[in-house]
Amino acid sequence: MSAPGGHGVNAHGGGHPGLKSYFGVFGALMVLTALTVWAAFQHLGVWNTPVALAIAVTKALLVALIFMHLKGSPKLTIFIVVASVLWLAFLILITVSDYATRAWLPIYAR
Amino acid sequence: MAEAVPTAHAEPPQFQHHFVDMAAQREASSLGMWVFLVTEVLFFGGMFTAYVVYRASFRHDFEGASNLLDIRLGAFNTAVLIMSSLTMALAVWASAAGRRKLIIPFLLATILLGSVFLGVKFLEYKQKFEHHEVPGAHFVVPEGLAKPSELFFSLYFCMTGLHALHMIIGIGLLSWLILKARRGEFTPQYNTPVDLVGLYWHFVDIVWIFLFPLLYLLGRHTL
Repeated sequence: MSAPGGHGVNAHGGGHPGLKSYFGVFGALMVLTALTVWAAFQHLGVWNTPVALAIAVTKALLVALIFMHLKGSPKLTIFIVVASVLWLAFLILITVSDYATRAWLPIYAR
Repeated sequence: MAEAVPTAHAEPPQFQHHFVDMAAQREASSLGMWVFLVTEVLFFGGMFTAYVVYRASFRHDFEGASNLLDIRLGAFNTAVLIMSSLTMALAVWASAAGRRKLIIPFLLATILLGSVFLGVKFLEYKQKFEHHEVPGAHFVVPEGLAKPSELFFSLYFCMTGLHALHMIIGIGLLSWLILKARRGEFTPQYNTPVDLVGLYWHFVDIVWIFLFPLLYLLGRHTL
């Protein structure tokens, strides 16, 4: 992580993660892409979608943390990113809870 | 008045004097870009929400319609986009590390890979038009599926279309960076435009990372 307060001398406080980690992340993203295609053809029952989403979230985290330098970013930036994920979760959860429970009331069941 | 001059260690010409130092300026710019990306998350989020609701309602038609997408082209494009993220990260690295001669080649590689992605997308769209799988007057409900399959293709075109629009804007931004890089504007002290366009490009990559499994892979286990 960067120096306290995130004020580094170089860009992104504390310097870049380095070329090695970029190529490492690239390799991991390619492997995970192959893995998600393979997993999609397996008969996992209800688990097909959770597995696909878990792989996608892992890939997104790799891109955000390393390529987008979120790792080592000031706390305020990380706070903003977490807030965006939180609000996206609100958006989806509240909408889904509405649609999922509409039929429970006879008046809307038509 | 003359008192207020802070420790003036050579700041680059792009330094805005209302900031304490270059690091603070860089941090403010980067934070602003992240805030913009938050609005983008919710912009795409609306469509992802619509997708979640309709996929839950019309599971069979969504899975069947998804299987009509070309998984090889989708997977190929995923790999192309990941590669373009790597070259973008390398362009940002080159600009921050003072490797000036490498900035433009990496930016060009990113544009090239982005264009390959869009070219493949064009071919996919063309196929969809030829197979009457585009929602609207000429849509033909695919065999074994019902009317809601049209809804899947509506979401497919809206989501990938909005994503492709972001790619086109991204390629425009990358071209603008090349013009600036040719003028030698980027130094280790100032590479904010490269950095911020990089954030944008990686964000667009992340959107595709979710679009690929959600649009192309959801019904493959039923085959």
